[in-house]
Amino acid sequence: MATKKNTPVVEWDYSPSLEGTSHIQLKKQYDLFIDGKWVKPSSGKYFQTINPANEEVLSEVAYGNEKDVDLAVKAARKAYKEVWSVMPASERAKYIYRIARIMQERARELAVIETLDAGKTIRESRDIDVPLACNHFFYYAGWADKLEYAFPNRKVESIGVAGQIIPWNFPLLMAAWKIAPALAAGNTVVLKPAETTPLTALKLAEIIEASGLPAGVVNIVTGFGDTGAAIVNHADVDKIAFTGSTNVGKIIQKAVAGTSKKLTLELGGKSANIIFDDAPIDQAVEGIINGIFFNQGHVCCAGSRLFVQENVADKVIAKLKDRLNSLYLGNPLDKNTDIGAINSKEQLETINKYIKIGKQEGAEMYQPTCSIPKKGFYCPPTLFTNVAQSNVIAQEEIFGPVLTIQTFRTVDEVIQKANNTPFGLAAGVWTDKGSRIFNLTTKLRAGVIWANTYNKFDPTSPFGGYKESGFGREGGLHGLSSYVKLV
Amino acid sequence: MERLEVLKTYKIYIGGQFPRTESGRYYTPVNKAGKALGNICLSSRKDVRNAVSAARKAFGGWSERAAFNRGQIIYRIAEMLEGRRLQFIEELQLQGSTKKAAEEEVNLTIDRIVYYAGWCDKYQAIVSSVNPVASSHFNFSVAEPMGVVGVVAPENTSLIGLVSLVLPAICGGNTVVVLAAEHLPLCAVTFAEVVNSSDVPGGVINILTGSNKEMNPTLSTHMDVNAIVYGGNDALALKELQENAVLNVKRVFAYTNDWSKADAQGLHFISDTQEIKTTWHPIENIGGAASSY
Repeated sequence: MATKKNTPVVEWDYSPSLEGTSHIQLKKQYDLFIDGKWVKPSSGKYFQTINPANEEVLSEVAYGNEKDVDLAVKAARKAYKEVWSVMPASERAKYIYRIARIMQERARELAVIETLDAGKTIRESRDIDVPLACNHFFYYAGWADKLEYAFPNRKVESIGVAGQIIPWNFPLLMAAWKIAPALAAGNTVVLKPAETTPLTALKLAEIIEASGLPAGVVNIVTGFGDTGAAIVNHADVDKIAFTGSTNVGKIIQKAVAGTSKKLTLELGGKSANIIFDDAPIDQAVEGIINGIFFNQGHVCCAGSRLFVQENVADKVIAKLKDRLNSLYLGNPLDKNTDIGAINSKEQLETINKYIKIGKQEGAEMYQPTCSIPKKGFYCPPTLFTNVAQSNVIAQEEIFGPVLTIQTFRTVDEVIQKANNTPFGLAAGVWTDKGSRIFNLTTKLRAGVIWANTYNKFDPTSPFGGYKESGFGREGGLHGLSSYVKLV
Repeated sequence: MERLEVLKTYKIYIGGQFPRTESGRYYTPVNKAGKALGNICLSSRKDVRNAVSAARKAFGGWSERAAFNRGQIIYRIAEMLEGRRLQFIEELQLQGSTKKAAEEEVNLTIDRIVYYAGWCDKYQAIVSSVNPVASSHFNFSVAEPMGVVGVVAPENTSLIGLVSLVLPAICGGNTVVVLAAEHLPLCAVTFAEVVNSSDVPGGVINILTGSNKEMNPTLSTHMDVNAIVYGGNDALALKELQENAVLNVKRVFAYTNDWSKADAQGLHFISDTQEIKTTWHPIENIGGAASSY
């Protein structure tokens, strides 16, 4: 249940409102989904996936190796050649629509499993992750037979077999972002979910099976980093799409160098959220909270660097601290919970390491007093003030609920500070002045700019970074170009 | 007595200036007949870094110029090049082209520059989008230049290959550091002179001559280069560029087009070196609903 913090101001509490779990069906053990069948891993090995909110084992999942990946790629190649690339595009569209529809029908189950496996709050899984994932399939389905309109004066062809590796922060949504456009453009897929969050991708495999999608068009191979490496290095994969850390992205970019494989990377970020003195402060504070604490800060585009104009800094920081004290941290299945569990023990250790570094570097930390569940992985929402541009916590991606706060005086200063990072995924701007918004949206070197809002996503809206945040876009018309060959 | 011809000193082009290489080194490429083409600058790693600095400095101003103005400036390059047709034809012939082929290459070059001049204020309308998101937001995506683009010119042409790679990048607001064709460098330097006399701000186009093998690693490992366009046909060199690009996740584009073909041009050469930026803003959704006519 949600755990109440001791707010110094007012005592008020909600009754627990737990989402039920009796309606979901999880098997004790999941095999690999290859060529339309559930296949035992050639190594015979399985690994456990746990609920990070209470450390209970949810299921065990096959550990795919090179041999399994090879089988999956062969199945994908066969399906590409014999079925998927030769099927009329309008038929392809209907299959993808059908997947979207079955996902919608099973949305509640998907949301609960996502929350159990990833630790994210049920409100988020239910209202954001799962609907967006369904909508992504629905959106791209419609592109399948309209591709020639997307690329003026060019002939559009599919690429072939796409190898896709996705992260643990939005497990089902990332699977949708990868699979939907790939299928719409006529490619077949070998997808590897993250090792800590494989379950919704496997549920998606069940849905795909139920949809009657031809065998081999989508293959799901669960496993660890070496499983992903086997996909990246497989000679018969034509396209690699990766979402994850910049470090791993660079390894993949290097592995793909010298090959004809097409590559898109959606990597890390250290996005600036900029508050001007004329901004609607209360809305901005909500935007800051949503920007960094949404999904426990496990968001590549999280607004992790806050820049507040100096003359309103005290006010904004005071309001932020107040707001932190009214956030509920606890059981992700409770509909009252604002901050769920950290995805894994390893990630919690990483976050704690950065918090320690932040304190050592002389920044001032603020955490609300809140009780933390005894079992499971949790990190209270954390603010750092008195942060210098050179501090590690202001430069490196923490991927947790940790916000650094810096101040600025002029527009020029904040543009320079915001752009002074190797990343370029997103940025937020809060001001009442339209001309200033357009000035900043032009000057900030980032792929997504949220003006007077933050962390909004939509299947029609291209997402992706500048600089070391990767290349290529996902979503919208621009997301198609990652999955087509233009001649 | 016959008049003694004044020979040209071939220089490199950095930040709107024509220095010789800071290293003082030169090389002397020869044509098929064995005639020396000149004492060409063998640019150093330091020259590459200087050129990148100049390109970065010029990026803000160039990318923020009105698209219409960029179009006019690029059109001016074509005007200036037209005036120097004979010089380019001579240089191409000296480097091994027939007169006819040289004329064709220069004509096509001029036409290609005019072609890209015209794109400057048009590509945005085609590659950008307004995205109908399901929430109450106005959401649009626009193309923005990647920044500093390294251009490795094709080895098999002196002029048309270089121009075919440079023009789409600067048309889209990028600034470039160009490594000229090592063994056919003359037109690259003369092209720099054309650029310099055509209102292109210093630093937008920087052109270096010398050994690609020597300069490629500096260009491709440079943390302030955002993308590389490779026009060569050396698979190993390309692989090295791609591997070095990893350092700051550079985008690498390799083209194998035959640039002497009239259709070796197009919007996609511009959009390749563009990023897509998406902006969201809330739409007020109180009032107005009943006020339509």
